[in-house]
Amino acid sequence: MATVPIIQPLLLAVLLFTLGLIGVLVRRNFVFILMSIEIMLNAAGLAFIVAAARWGQADGQVMFMFILALGASEVAVGLALILRIRRRLTTLDSDAANLLRG
Amino acid sequence: MLNAIWIVPAIPLLGAAILMISCGLLPPRMVGAIGVGSLALSAIIASIIGINFMLAPPPGNSFTIILWRWMTIGSFSPAAGVYLDPLSLVMMLVVTVVGFLILLYSSEFMRGDEGYNRFFAYMNLFVAAMLVLVLADNLLFLYVGWEGVGLCSYLLIGFWYQEPANGLAARKAFIVTRIGDTGLMIGLFLLFTQLGTLEIQPLMLRANQSWFSGSEIATLAAALLLIGAIGKSAQIPLQIWLPDAMAGPTPVSALIHAATMVTAGVYLIARTHVLLALAPSVQMAVAAIGAATLLVAAFAALNQHDIKRILAYSTISQIGYMFLALGVGAWSAAIFHFMVHAFFKALLFLAAGAITMRLHHEHNIFRMGGLARRLPVAFWSFLIGAASLAALPLVTAGFYSKEMILSAAWAGGGGIPILWTAGVVTAFVTSLYIFRAVFIVFFGEPKTEVSGHYDLRITLPLIVLSVLALTAGFVETPGGLGSITIFSKFMASVFGEPSITTGSAETLRLMIASLLSLAGIGLAYVLYMHPSQQFVAWADSPAILRWRQFLFAGWGFDRLYNGLIVQPFLYVTRINRNDVVDHLYQGIASASRLLHQLLHRSQTGRIRWYAGWLAAGSIVTIAVAVLR
Repeated sequence: MATVPIIQPLLLAVLLFTLGLIGVLVRRNFVFILMSIEIMLNAAGLAFIVAAARWGQADGQVMFMFILALGASEVAVGLALILRIRRRLTTLDSDAANLLRG
Repeated sequence: MLNAIWIVPAIPLLGAAILMISCGLLPPRMVGAIGVGSLALSAIIASIIGINFMLAPPPGNSFTIILWRWMTIGSFSPAAGVYLDPLSLVMMLVVTVVGFLILLYSSEFMRGDEGYNRFFAYMNLFVAAMLVLVLADNLLFLYVGWEGVGLCSYLLIGFWYQEPANGLAARKAFIVTRIGDTGLMIGLFLLFTQLGTLEIQPLMLRANQSWFSGSEIATLAAALLLIGAIGKSAQIPLQIWLPDAMAGPTPVSALIHAATMVTAGVYLIARTHVLLALAPSVQMAVAAIGAATLLVAAFAALNQHDIKRILAYSTISQIGYMFLALGVGAWSAAIFHFMVHAFFKALLFLAAGAITMRLHHEHNIFRMGGLARRLPVAFWSFLIGAASLAALPLVTAGFYSKEMILSAAWAGGGGIPILWTAGVVTAFVTSLYIFRAVFIVFFGEPKTEVSGHYDLRITLPLIVLSVLALTAGFVETPGGLGSITIFSKFMASVFGEPSITTGSAETLRLMIASLLSLAGIGLAYVLYMHPSQQFVAWADSPAILRWRQFLFAGWGFDRLYNGLIVQPFLYVTRINRNDVVDHLYQGIASASRLLHQLLHRSQTGRIRWYAGWLAAGSIVTIAVAVLR
């Protein structure tokens, strides 16, 4: 059985994660921030899948299931919060939602 | 019968409780009946117990009854116990009988005062506390009474509290006596840690066994008890509170600040005299303090014009005699003089009160005059009290008690001629100052209108105390005059057998003392009955006037303490107004406020920044974990 390559997929996962992080830090629109978080979650999921395939263990796939569930609930809560913010502030600009500043 | 002794302090305590709980709702007649009746009952029971004690003395001439155990902590289990021996019996009888007479007097004297109920409540509480003090069988229980009388003294000096000066006098008395109380308390701690008990009789026994005479620890313990006694008994250097304590009603001055409470120090030392005998240097100090106090106070009394302040300085001076007697080891002479002094000084105060209440509360003797004919009862009782105070030979009680002290001051255990000289000079000054008051108040031109009248409640105590002030001395007479020693024989089981000194030298000294006290009366007559022009001019000359003002202010002790203690203390409080210690805590507070201001800049409320910090933090943490 040919060994599954590990370096390239992990590099892909790092790339995806970095893209997502940059998106969170740079974008001001809440919807895009939420999407960037989803990308970061998927990058983490990819890393789990790769590791599971490399060592022939099912644990990584189980973890991916958890990450999917986490991502779904995060989107549900996040979208609800975004709707509330949109109603309240009439904008989706994350910098405008700074009422808790010190 | 002796078992019933706990009733004696319990009745006044009950009376005080009833009067306090009633909150002034009782009619004045009821208040008087409860306040005086409780003392009458107490005095009767005390007298019955006294007669029983004398007729059938209990084994060892002493009697102890434990009322209840207070607490038990390891080996420390103080009891609320009563100890009755000749010493505490005499104290108990004087407190209850004189207390009853004074309260009977005050039921008329205080009539119409809005604090009538309060007055009798405090007075009853005082008598209860004083009885606890004299009857306690251990020093801790004694201390309860000791603080109780201090509290009542404070409450009654400031009785007319609307006047700020009275409140000031009350606080002064409380704070100054507190200095002494602190000394006494430390003394109790020392005695307990060293000897393991506070019960007086075992304590004295153990002190005698485990300490040798003149050892440092015995000296320290005796000195600490002495500090307590000095504070309570208004001796130099803590005598300054007593003249100001005259701000209270006159019966209060008579009972608390003349007859009973101020002699608590004398009682304490007499009660623990074994300890004092173990510390000869402290005993010498007691004699020296007594001698200094009696001279200083007598000269101060010579220049007062408030009739009550004359008597206050006279009280300080007379307690000085008692301390002198204690200092030379004449314990029973001190207690004898205490008893006689309680009679004649209470009499003098009550007579002075009887004068002032008829003169619209005029206290200045120079605004009285010519009262001998118009107030005969007050005149005769004041005269008898003055004669007893001046130790008029043969006929007064004061003569016999003072003679007993003077003879011990020369020939007693620690007696030396200089102490006798101080005592004799003071005897001369004493008769001079008290008859100065007599001649100015009762003779010469009338200056103030007399109003009102007396009833039996005023005259009866005066008459009874007059009789006592004249006759109480016949139980103890000096060697040359019959050698009656009933009193010191009675005290023998407490203080040891009396030593009788007789001989021509003793008789000569007795003659000198008697002549000097007569000379004082004569000089007072010459100077103040018909004051000559030269004398008045001399007394008002600037140099003499400065001395008189110095003596009037009680030898400037108040000014000395004001400059030495009060002003420096006020200075420290002034510079410390902003609280130096507080600066440290304020520094901590402002440092954290500074850090807070730094940190709160970082709380921008921008979610992207938070995410950025989060990422940076994670990177740093992982880097540290990997590279380490």
